[in-house]
Amino acid sequence: MTTRLQKEARKESLMINMGPSHPAMHGTIRIMLELDGEKVRNSEVEVGYLHRGFEKTCENKTYFNLLPYTDRLNYVSPLINNVGYVMTLEKLMDVTVPERAQYIRVIMSELSRISDHLTALAAMTMECGAFTVFLYYIKAREEIWKVIEKTTGARMTTSYIRIGGVRCDLHPDFKKDVDRAMKVTRDVLKDVKGLLDKNKIWIDRTRDVAVVSPDMAVNYGFTGPCLRASGVKYDVRKARPYLIYDKLDWVVPLGENGDNFDRYMVRMKEMEQSLRMVEQCIEQIPEAVPEAKGEINPHEAIKAARTQKPDEEIRLSPNLKGSEKEKYPTILSDKYGVKVPPKEDTYTTMEGLIQHFKFFMKGHGIRPPKGEVYFSVEGGSGELGYYIVSDGSDRPYRLHLRGPCFHIVSALEEMIKGHYIADVIPTFGSTNMIGGELDR
Amino acid sequence: MEHRQRIEEQLKKQFDEKIRSVTTDLGDIVIQVQKESVAEVLGFLKHKPQDYSMLLDLTCVDNKGKKPRFEMVYHIFSLSKNHRLRIKCRVPEQDLKVESLCSLWKNANWLEREVYDMFGIQFSGHPDLRRLFMYHGFEGYPLRKDYPLRKRQPKIRLRK
Repeated sequence: MTTRLQKEARKESLMINMGPSHPAMHGTIRIMLELDGEKVRNSEVEVGYLHRGFEKTCENKTYFNLLPYTDRLNYVSPLINNVGYVMTLEKLMDVTVPERAQYIRVIMSELSRISDHLTALAAMTMECGAFTVFLYYIKAREEIWKVIEKTTGARMTTSYIRIGGVRCDLHPDFKKDVDRAMKVTRDVLKDVKGLLDKNKIWIDRTRDVAVVSPDMAVNYGFTGPCLRASGVKYDVRKARPYLIYDKLDWVVPLGENGDNFDRYMVRMKEMEQSLRMVEQCIEQIPEAVPEAKGEINPHEAIKAARTQKPDEEIRLSPNLKGSEKEKYPTILSDKYGVKVPPKEDTYTTMEGLIQHFKFFMKGHGIRPPKGEVYFSVEGGSGELGYYIVSDGSDRPYRLHLRGPCFHIVSALEEMIKGHYIADVIPTFGSTNMIGGELDR
Repeated sequence: MEHRQRIEEQLKKQFDEKIRSVTTDLGDIVIQVQKESVAEVLGFLKHKPQDYSMLLDLTCVDNKGKKPRFEMVYHIFSLSKNHRLRIKCRVPEQDLKVESLCSLWKNANWLEREVYDMFGIQFSGHPDLRRLFMYHGFEGYPLRKDYPLRKRQPKIRLRK
């Protein structure tokens, strides 16, 4: 099949394929280029190499079961994807989340945003030859992921944010760990600023490259750092505050020109704001329920339940610290039927076991009322929106994801037009294309 | 509530019975529009003074067994008013033609290609209506409810 580009191309032009498997393409995407010397005359972007039928799969999974799939959309900030999906459902079902859980969600979202920006900039800078900066960024990301791993039990595919709250409480040393991670990140940001902000090579490579005017950005549906780099002030966290973002003190950084340098700058400044937010959250977060002692293993709990006295409580050691029954009121909603019942009840009481089965059985579980809902959160690269149509059954009738980078990558053809082939890669890096979210 | 009334008045004045209904659903204003005039209504809303300048999302829902079968869903957003609208239009199975929005918004290009790819809706006036995620030669429309979940169409035949 001849592509659009082949039809439009001049006879004397050089046609080049960049991707789908190219060392500088993070994710599989194919850019076909029509070159005049080293200048890009025209181009065509082909996506879909990572299409795995996310929406179709979700329509055949229960509301609880599809949560892990949302991790895999934007795999550098999975927690924000979780928050987006879960809050859409909560809006449909009218669930209120305990305050501590809301703070935990914000902390986790902001840590994810930092890791997302760090990854995007690491790739972008490395492609311009700044390998040191890449290593610095990845060092900071590693520290953040360590904190996330300690709380959620996983580095990337966390599934930590649950319908009605979060999976478990923050781990006991959280404050100490996150302080350390934030210190490392701040140091890295300072170092990188020193290395890049006035670096002639960096400025020459990024200034006035792929300029996106405010009108063009809005017309293409840009959101997130790419829109703000063009000077349009729109941030979902400020425009329609969710969770506890309105209680925090922060500003929306803006760019001026909308070129690659501004997209770098806006991300750098946003990370600083995110660090500020995390600090404030840790100050304000309500107290946790103290750790309980004297836990036993599940099989011992089942044995003990057989001879249990009516007033006796059996304490079970949780499979993830912080998910004990005592913690439930502070981390999960008290609405019946939206959360997995505590393991203590499941193993030791009849009612708990029935509740557990009811939750997971086909045709039962979470059944939101009929209706449709759209909700969006500020993801790593822009507005992450979910559109869910419910027909009253236990699985979504239709689930659609508004991936932020879909709209941004669709503008890539226009962004690289007229620039040199060497500018294609950093421009592509600055859009922060994530295959999982783009191709779904 | 007040906002909804204002929009309803404006639209009714401009388009009369082309607007089927204006309702509020979970805090979002939902406007049902006749299929023939969807591009016209969206164009009217895009420009000032309404100023819904951003096309947030565009998708389709397959209500198999109901008539009309498909429903297009548009989300538009106004930066100046910080307000979101949901526009819907019903598309019967016999007549899958919907007017393209490519002349209004540039991101409609890919969004419509995706809907064409997944649901088989034909967008008239689209400059380059091809499949976006699936490959050329793929048969059927995967997100339709009658497309089996486990159906495989490998491009290169699997070895037995």
